[in-house]
Amino acid sequence: MNQTNEAALAAAEAHNREFLVFSLGDEEYAVDILKVQEIRGYENVTRIANAPDFIKGVTNLRGVIVPIVDLRIKFHLDKVEYGGQTVVIVVNVEDRVVGIVVDGVSDVMTLSPEQIKPAPEFGVTLSSDFLSGLGSLEDRMLVIVDIDKLLTSDEMELVERVAE
Amino acid sequence: MRMDITDFYDTFFEEAEELLADMERHLLELDVDEPDTEQLNAIFRAAHSIKGGAGTFGFDILQKTTHLFENLLDHTRKGELTLRRDIVDTFLETKDMLNDQLDAYRNGDEPDQEAFERICRTLQQIALEEIGQDLEGGTGAAPKPAAPPKTPEPEPQATDGAAGEGERLVVTLLNVGEKDRQLLVEELAQLGDVIAQGGDESRYEVTLASSVSGDDIEAVMCFIVDADQVQIRSAPHGQAAQAEAMTETVQPAEATPPKPDAEPANSAAASAGNEKQVTTASAPRTKSKGKPKAKSGGESTSIRVSVDKVDQIINLVGELIITQSMLDQTVSELDVVSDGALLNGMSLLQRNARDLQEAVMSIRMIPMDFVFSRFPRVVRETAGKLGKEIELVTEGESTELDKSLTERIIDPLTHLVRNSLDHGIEPPDVREAAGKSRTGKLVLSAKHQGGNIIIEVIDDGAGLNRDRLLTKARENGLPVSDTMSDDEVWQLIFAPGFSTAKEVTDVSGRGVGMDVVKRNIQGMGGHVQIMSRPGEGTTIRIVLPLTLAILDGMSIKVGSEMFILPLSAVLESLQPAKEDLYAMAGDDVVLKVRDEYLPVVAVHEALDVPDAKTELTETIAVIVQGEGRRYALLVDDLVGQQQVVVKNLETNYRKVPGVSAATILGDGSVALILDITGLHRLSRAKKEKRRPERKPSLEALTDQELET
Repeated sequence: MNQTNEAALAAAEAHNREFLVFSLGDEEYAVDILKVQEIRGYENVTRIANAPDFIKGVTNLRGVIVPIVDLRIKFHLDKVEYGGQTVVIVVNVEDRVVGIVVDGVSDVMTLSPEQIKPAPEFGVTLSSDFLSGLGSLEDRMLVIVDIDKLLTSDEMELVERVAE
Repeated sequence: MRMDITDFYDTFFEEAEELLADMERHLLELDVDEPDTEQLNAIFRAAHSIKGGAGTFGFDILQKTTHLFENLLDHTRKGELTLRRDIVDTFLETKDMLNDQLDAYRNGDEPDQEAFERICRTLQQIALEEIGQDLEGGTGAAPKPAAPPKTPEPEPQATDGAAGEGERLVVTLLNVGEKDRQLLVEELAQLGDVIAQGGDESRYEVTLASSVSGDDIEAVMCFIVDADQVQIRSAPHGQAAQAEAMTETVQPAEATPPKPDAEPANSAAASAGNEKQVTTASAPRTKSKGKPKAKSGGESTSIRVSVDKVDQIINLVGELIITQSMLDQTVSELDVVSDGALLNGMSLLQRNARDLQEAVMSIRMIPMDFVFSRFPRVVRETAGKLGKEIELVTEGESTELDKSLTERIIDPLTHLVRNSLDHGIEPPDVREAAGKSRTGKLVLSAKHQGGNIIIEVIDDGAGLNRDRLLTKARENGLPVSDTMSDDEVWQLIFAPGFSTAKEVTDVSGRGVGMDVVKRNIQGMGGHVQIMSRPGEGTTIRIVLPLTLAILDGMSIKVGSEMFILPLSAVLESLQPAKEDLYAMAGDDVVLKVRDEYLPVVAVHEALDVPDAKTELTETIAVIVQGEGRRYALLVDDLVGQQQVVVKNLETNYRKVPGVSAATILGDGSVALILDITGLHRLSRAKKEKRRPERKPSLEALTDQELET
């Protein structure tokens, strides 16, 4: 009997997903933790000319050249500051490594499928195409970003379109 | 003990590939009128080895094709089949087919059945027409007069092998120790029923009833013992398949270490009453002259390593160099007196690290022979199609080039060679009329020059026709004038869609290609030059960097940012004097350097660098050359020269206009390596964008960059 309980529990847990929660201004966002490779400070970024303003440049991640994207600029947040709290989440998306600048990383949350609500149609800044949903956690709301879709989208200008 | 034979697939594929390459080389070198027996034997051996391996691994179609091929080759080397050019062509085609089949198996597919049947029919037909025999054997074809006498003389053998029904094989183990013997007997038991066994260490016999062929058994056993320690023969037996009787001859096997297809002798069957022993003794024991071993020693002095592993080492060494220069920077602030030992150690480390880097980089270098060796075939076929007589000369085969570059140079080079054969070298009659020898000469050469490798395709054909190029360019609406220099006119052939061929041939002339050639070579960081003299021929010269992984760079500073210029593009640097700078229409500036007016490109303008020096006379002008175009690049400061490890930007990001790659500096930060040609284009596009009446063309430029 005990075993069946455990099995049921495991099955339920299998559907639960873990997310890394980060903040952009006052808003809380989340990404699938399996996409996250590491978290590091914001430093030593070499500017790339003629790139969109939200692409801060490239940095050296143990010998690999990694582009750094500032999601705060991309999402048109008012206050974009670089300080001690500013961190870079290094994510691994479709065999590419990209760093995203955020205001801070708070914690890792486990969300069950019931806690993830479908995202409503948004405005133009952040198309709901790039969201996996909204996570509700008591009084908090987490915007769950589909990081794969977002970073490989044309408007991020990170990936070259397949040459014709 | 169980062996999973699939573990050896890769070894087989690689070896088969090498054997096929060998076979092709021999076929091409073969003198049709007086074929060299040694070469014929080598071709036969290659086919035979592949067949053995294919049988072991169960690649049916490959085995059947090689079987037919091998039989035909066997007749050839015995002199029963007289070679003709078209037969050699068919052999080459068969070899290609084998390559295809091999690829298919490698990819886990089944080979093309139709192609297989076609090639079999072709081979059969040659056999029937030339020697009146059916290659499949056993079907009442004419008796084979030559086969029996050529077979090796039977060796003395023990005869306790039991006679009986089914396939009986007697496996004799020579000088096999107790432990290995046990393994082998166990292994044999997996393959069939062990009927009898006995003997001592020097000679141990196992009689086996099995449906597995002798070849296969031997191939399996060769994993444990050397080929010359095993003898397999059919036990005396009433019924024997005649099928392979004609291939009975055993060729001298090489004394190679155990490997899946270690020359398994063709021991399938013995014809009735004629008990033959088939072994793979290492001594040449067939007919005729004691042949020298085909290859000796080669295998023991080199190892096969995957390119990934080598690249990994190169990357790690690159990291080491970066770490070392980081340390160097920190240590350089120390006091020489109090920290002398540390400083000495650092300089030793630096030297060792550089040596290590050089040694590792040399692993990636492979001789140009790898590229050139495929051209005899290309030239032969193309010349045949065009009805031209061509002599191919290759020079500098031992010149070494980075492996990734050798692979990428093959296609453009093939295109240039085809082009030279088609448009360059004239048909024999025309040549004779022009007072040249009927046979055209095509030279492929490679040599090192500075940090570059120069590859030339030289023909002694008619040369490029300036008037025709100009006419054609006008037809195509290209901006040309009669006063253009020859060099500029020759470069026209690289324009997209440009072809001066009077008619489109099978070989070339569709006008696609030369532009692709140029793009490919530029993509490798190289460029193409053309030299041509009417009536004397054309030389196309490809200049490539030796390696893509390391670059001799000049570090420059603009504002607070550091950039790297490829040293190979830098001609000189100077401080521009006010009187040498001339403003031209609008915001263009030219710089006069020794009677030459060079356009000026400011890095800070092209790349939007803030806080750069804007007063022209305070900057430093670096005269650079890219793709034959020279211009002055304005920078704030020259920092120094250094070797940098080239890091691809596109791995995680995308192509950036004006930038070719990135590198990591001593302090761990990233610096961009500037693309001389791209920078010039970028600066022009930016200037156009600034003009209000013109449409912004930066987007257009980015697109163009994307295409290249």
